[in-house]
Amino acid sequence: MNLVQVDSARLLAIVTDMLAEQGIVSRAEIAERMEITDRASPELGARMVAKAWREPEFRALMVADGSAAAESVGIRMRGLPPLGVLENRPGHHHVVVCTLCSCYPRAVLGYPPFWFKSTAYRARTVRDPRGVLAEWGTALPADTKVTVVDSTADYRWMVLPTRPEGTQDWSEEDLAALVREGDMIGVTVPRGPAISC
Amino acid sequence: MSLPPGTPVRVKDDWPEARGPVHIRTPHYVRGRRGEVVRHLGDFPNPEDLAFARPAPERALYHVAFRPTDLFPDATGDDLVIEIFEHWLEVGA
Amino acid sequence: MDAETSDDEHRAHHDMGGVSRYQCLPVDPEPHGLTEFDREVDALRQMLSAKGLMSVDELRRGIEAIPAGDYDRLGYYERWIRSIAATLVRKGVIEQRELKDRLAER
Repeated sequence: MNLVQVDSARLLAIVTDMLAEQGIVSRAEIAERMEITDRASPELGARMVAKAWREPEFRALMVADGSAAAESVGIRMRGLPPLGVLENRPGHHHVVVCTLCSCYPRAVLGYPPFWFKSTAYRARTVRDPRGVLAEWGTALPADTKVTVVDSTADYRWMVLPTRPEGTQDWSEEDLAALVREGDMIGVTVPRGPAISC
Repeated sequence: MSLPPGTPVRVKDDWPEARGPVHIRTPHYVRGRRGEVVRHLGDFPNPEDLAFARPAPERALYHVAFRPTDLFPDATGDDLVIEIFEHWLEVGA
Repeated sequence: MDAETSDDEHRAHHDMGGVSRYQCLPVDPEPHGLTEFDREVDALRQMLSAKGLMSVDELRRGIEAIPAGDYDRLGYYERWIRSIAATLVRKGVIEQRELKDRLAER
């Protein structure tokens, strides 16, 4: 049966109907699942990053066992792929890609963004990470080591970015507000406060 | 027993997708290439079996590092790390 | 062997890391929020997985079976719903005949 040419919305509606009629998956279950999935967002990962910036013990836990660190701040990880955390340091940067599909640390960042799933990002990042980062205006010093992580199997990877200068006394909330989705995949780096002259 | 960090490995130069329907998690660009074990990530059911709803024995999964210029002459990164299952790795080589 | 020769010999279409002909494609960094359709397909897949009817690896296998031209033309979740439908038919969860008839209705 050739399913390639059919209308996608129609196919979804028919499959959903058939599953509901047979009592396999109800519409209510799907609606509930959508609501649960919508709740995960980059704010969760940003909170972990901010906490790691302020608390060395949490940072150590996060780097050693991302799933345990996520659980410890109330993010449900049971039954999900293990979370691996790639620790950026001054002079060492990480960027995550999934060349085969779009493996993404959804529990802590939510749905993968459009660009992460795109052919251009998947094809180019393993070969030309600096060129890809430049699409976001991210320019790393030439002597910074760039490690690309191709997420090919059972782990899901997030980047723990370096803490921006000038944020020494900041609260966890204020720090978390600095951290964007792209910072935790490694296409961008968190921007510190604007320097007033 | 799992391979310790630093073990030199070579990814098998095997192309099962040319022989029939398969699902594999070893990207084409590392096949036949040399790298080094970063660490053992754990043991996971083999996705090559899971994709076909077959019983899936657990296999050791490793983070393996490659030199990007060994894979792409024009690479702009300094290090490339990939999850690879044990049955795709040849030790030493 | 250089990267050019290893590129396209036996490579499957979805296995696109480093492939030369995509190296000049710009990345579109805009977020492009999900549609209702996208979110519904995503949730459906999760429910099927939770009920043990279909694994994420089966989803991927079904996506990888989509011919290259269609893979590129279809949106991300459009590929998913095709893989889901094909997998459910193959495993006998939904009947092929019934699906075909409903798709043919106008």
